[in-house]
Amino acid sequence: MIPFDFSYYRPDSAGEAVALFQDLDAQGKKPLYYGGGTEIISMGRHNNVDTGAVIDIKSIPECGVQEFQDDSLVIGAGVTLTQIHEANLFPLLAQAGARVADHTTQNKITLGGNMCGSIVYRESLLPLLLTDCEVIIAGPGGNRNAPVNDIFDKQVQLNRGEVILQYRIPKSLVNSPHVHVKRTKSEKISYPLLTICALNSGQQVRFAFSGLCGYPFRSKEMEQALNDTSRPADERADHAISQLPEPMADNLESSAAYRQFVLKGSLVSILNELGG
Amino acid sequence: MLQMIDEGLIELNINGETRKVLVRPADTLLFALRERLGLTGAKPGCENGDCGACTILLDGWPVKSCLMLAVEAVGHQITTIEGLENPPIQQAFVEKFAFQCGYCTPGFIMNCQGLINNHPEADEATINEWLQSNICRCTSYQEITAAIKSVLQKNPA
Repeated sequence: MIPFDFSYYRPDSAGEAVALFQDLDAQGKKPLYYGGGTEIISMGRHNNVDTGAVIDIKSIPECGVQEFQDDSLVIGAGVTLTQIHEANLFPLLAQAGARVADHTTQNKITLGGNMCGSIVYRESLLPLLLTDCEVIIAGPGGNRNAPVNDIFDKQVQLNRGEVILQYRIPKSLVNSPHVHVKRTKSEKISYPLLTICALNSGQQVRFAFSGLCGYPFRSKEMEQALNDTSRPADERADHAISQLPEPMADNLESSAAYRQFVLKGSLVSILNELGG
Repeated sequence: MLQMIDEGLIELNINGETRKVLVRPADTLLFALRERLGLTGAKPGCENGDCGACTILLDGWPVKSCLMLAVEAVGHQITTIEGLENPPIQQAFVEKFAFQCGYCTPGFIMNCQGLINNHPEADEATINEWLQSNICRCTSYQEITAAIKSVLQKNPA
């Protein structure tokens, strides 16, 4: 049972949602946008969420879209990980989402929620980072578009009151050769010791990581090292690991040393598979 | 726009019937089912989305009712274990001895029914993936897997 009260709103348009957020914010309600709600509910039970109102985005038409439009695959922020897996329009995203939590919970977790929640792993974000996709955002100043790598830099970079409506993914990349690797301490369903998504864009192999540091990331320095075809794969992996944006995580999932061992083996294996 | 400011009556479609239920906006669907409607088939286990004992079907798909607000379910079709009308999976659980203490059984059965509904030709990997959403502390996993397989084999799409 959630031991505090909040109000619930399910607006039918993005404009209504944004206006509602501003109004509730002005009333001091500390509103939250609500996608699947799994994190708000589970953390709410422990009083780890402070809100007086939630705004459910799932009835906003743009948030439920999952289709090709011109040169893009458009996926709404309210589409669940199961819906993405079942449609399989972007196989790497389908695979990454299918390893977040468990299958039944994937029926509830949304793509936008997995990115904007507070659990640091955000594994369904990795394929999006690899495609340089565009994020469609609604906010008090109207709608705006921004590259996903600007909207997520260590954490979500949204202005107060803004909500993500959609992701526009380049159609040319959705069926590119790819690899998804998730390693956990023991159980299949667990937080990652590491998760790697790699995608061969034709020009180079792109890499995004979760579990290595305190946030998911894509690193130009690491990609440069991994795509240096003048060196053998294991040297490239060593060089890439030396370019990590912050020290390797050392926690209950794994020691830093073991994580580095698993990372190196995984990178070499991916390079061999994708021919980088 | 659907909105619920304070505690009040909402209408839920449960097992084919429209039921009025008094809830707070912050009440979970599990709480509403058990404490307000007396539908105690969905079990509280971890209440954290881990164990699957509270699984129900929402529009035919399994959902953990501890991870859903009751008001969020307005406009959707809810099926609880009480709403199943002796489908083959229930008989299969009996025939394959797919339970011991029985506490997890309703959640497992609802998840299995969801799989039968949506993937009647599910392969081994899909079965395993779906069943990993539920925990049985009596460790009846082999028997539960045998039960779902026996139904899927008997009911080719």
